[in-house]
Amino acid sequence: MITFESLHIAGLDEAELRTWIEASWVHTRGTKGAWQFDEVDVARIKLIHTLRHDLDIGEPAMPVVLSLLDQLYELRRNAARLNDALATLPPAARKAILERLEE
Amino acid sequence: MADDPYKILGVKRDASAEEIRAAYRKLAKKHHPDLNPGNKHAEEKFKAASAAYELLGDAEKRGKYDRGEIDASGAERPPAQGWRQYAESGPGDRYAYSTGGMGGADFEDLFGNIFNQRPRGPAKGHDHHYSLEVGFLEAVSGATRRITLPDGGTLNVKIPPGTEAGDILRLRGKGDPGFNGGPAGDALIEVHVAPHKFYRRVGRNIHMDVPVSLKEAVLGGKVTIPTPAGEVAMTVRPGTESGTEMRLRGRGVPAHGKHAAGDLHVKLNVVVGPADEKLKEFLQSWEQPGFNPREGLK
Repeated sequence: MITFESLHIAGLDEAELRTWIEASWVHTRGTKGAWQFDEVDVARIKLIHTLRHDLDIGEPAMPVVLSLLDQLYELRRNAARLNDALATLPPAARKAILERLEE
Repeated sequence: MADDPYKILGVKRDASAEEIRAAYRKLAKKHHPDLNPGNKHAEEKFKAASAAYELLGDAEKRGKYDRGEIDASGAERPPAQGWRQYAESGPGDRYAYSTGGMGGADFEDLFGNIFNQRPRGPAKGHDHHYSLEVGFLEAVSGATRRITLPDGGTLNVKIPPGTEAGDILRLRGKGDPGFNGGPAGDALIEVHVAPHKFYRRVGRNIHMDVPVSLKEAVLGGKVTIPTPAGEVAMTVRPGTESGTEMRLRGRGVPAHGKHAAGDLHVKLNVVVGPADEKLKEFLQSWEQPGFNPREGLK
């Protein structure tokens, strides 16, 4: 578990992080004032920080951007699962699927 | 990093800090790896832009570079672990779009649609379904019928001998045109067979009742039977009981293909006919000692 104090993200403001948590952009396990983050949450905070400050994406646009990103990654996770499932098929079946995809 | 950082960001050598920042943001928005997962080209572009901005976005480093004190490669650093590494694997489910961060997505829904709706290469056209009522003898002996289609066209339908109710006749290529050069669909015609006045069909055989007179039944004789293929003279033996079944071999459904001809089963029914005074007179003085027609009912 990672606390706010051990985040070490340059330029991250605690008040701003609180608004992200309240907007459910970032999930946390702890309670108000005693947040605890998994590594995936830290990556999420860095992502939002990058979007807001490095890429200068305005706060009103953030729900749209995050929603589209979450949909994109969900598709990619599912594509990876499909890929894993296909890898377990016999070679003839995989070949048939590839041929169908190339049609 | 051998390339000129000014060229990478697309700014002039005398660009202001604000111009350099804006140029970097523009490139980063387009190429950030978290926004372009799996896109190597975008990742390379982003690395280059980040490295260039690392150098030119810092006034001190930019001064050293401009004076030739450091070269562009000194600024390159491997990018930090990004969102994509988490989001593309299991932990990313915590921020899943469809389930609010609780477990897996609706996988079946997603890929079911992709596989079913994916455009294909050449494919056969759709089949057309029709229903056609044919006469009993047309189904037995075969016939050709012309049907009129909903679009005003016509189809000649060859009904083969021995067609049974419920059979589907397939006319190849008479359905919808194919997709992307595929073959046309077929016309599928379900056959309904009208009942006949006195024939009944049992597979390859045909059954019929044939009335015979009392005289024919008692004395025997030749009886003319109308078979599907024409009249045939059949011998009724003397003393034939009502209900006797006789078989006319090969007079059922005619032979076709690999099927041998069926038989015509004839059931003889004795018919007394209109009252006859002479017959009444005779029977009043006639006895059959020892004969009880209802012996079997005891």
